[in-house]
Amino acid sequence: MSASAERIARARATGNSFEVLSWFFMRLSGVILMFIVLFHLFYMHFVIGVDKINYALVVQRWENPLWRVFDLFLLFFALTHGLNGARYVIDDYVHGSGLNLLVKSIVYTLGFALLLMGTFIIFTFRITS
Amino acid sequence: MVPIVQGLLGALTYRGSEGQWAWLLHRLSGIGVLLFLALHILDIFLLGLGPGVFDELLFIYKAPPFRVMEVFLIFGVLYHAINGIRIMIIDFWPQSTLVQRTLFRVELVIVAIIFIPAAIAMLAPIFRG
Repeated sequence: MSASAERIARARATGNSFEVLSWFFMRLSGVILMFIVLFHLFYMHFVIGVDKINYALVVQRWENPLWRVFDLFLLFFALTHGLNGARYVIDDYVHGSGLNLLVKSIVYTLGFALLLMGTFIIFTFRITS
Repeated sequence: MVPIVQGLLGALTYRGSEGQWAWLLHRLSGIGVLLFLALHILDIFLLGLGPGVFDELLFIYKAPPFRVMEVFLIFGVLYHAINGIRIMIIDFWPQSTLVQRTLFRVELVIVAIIFIPAAIAMLAPIFRG
């Protein structure tokens, strides 16, 4: 039995609702990401095109606050979905509670730093008005 | 590192039918997309340094080797999304486990139908020079 299956079995036995919420969150964020990530990739690669992406394009795009909101959703759901997935992977392969905690601490710290950096730039980049 | 290598080898040799490959590809594509997401947040954060630095560094994304990496990225995102739908079908409609092999093959066909034209369109600019 994999570590994640064990975790779910333990969650059922003890009534731990965190893993149930985690399971539900992966489905919910997954469905949201299916729309916003695929739209983002389609838009940037096929409507705009990689060759046309530059600083000026970002300035122009982020003049519309709706794009900032869109990108904020993208950042938040992609990162939280990805980090929760990383948690499953760490639990599957990194055994020993000390090492497991160490690896998770590093990954969560990096993840949180990325969330702050992304949020910071979306909210502060060339706010002129 | 050793547990990770052991884990991957273990995964590669476990039974080896559709369910296992679906799981392994889901995991690898998830890790790959998460790593790209980290890189992408860092490059967008560099917008704060102004157009000079940002546009200077964009040559990395526009170089042919990165164009090929982007095709892998598109494959990873597409596979992860479509396989996520398969996972949810199995979660919410348990009887679908009876046709899980067929479900996986249908999934691969859907991924191929979307991925192949997208990959051709993305790689075409490299060959046009």
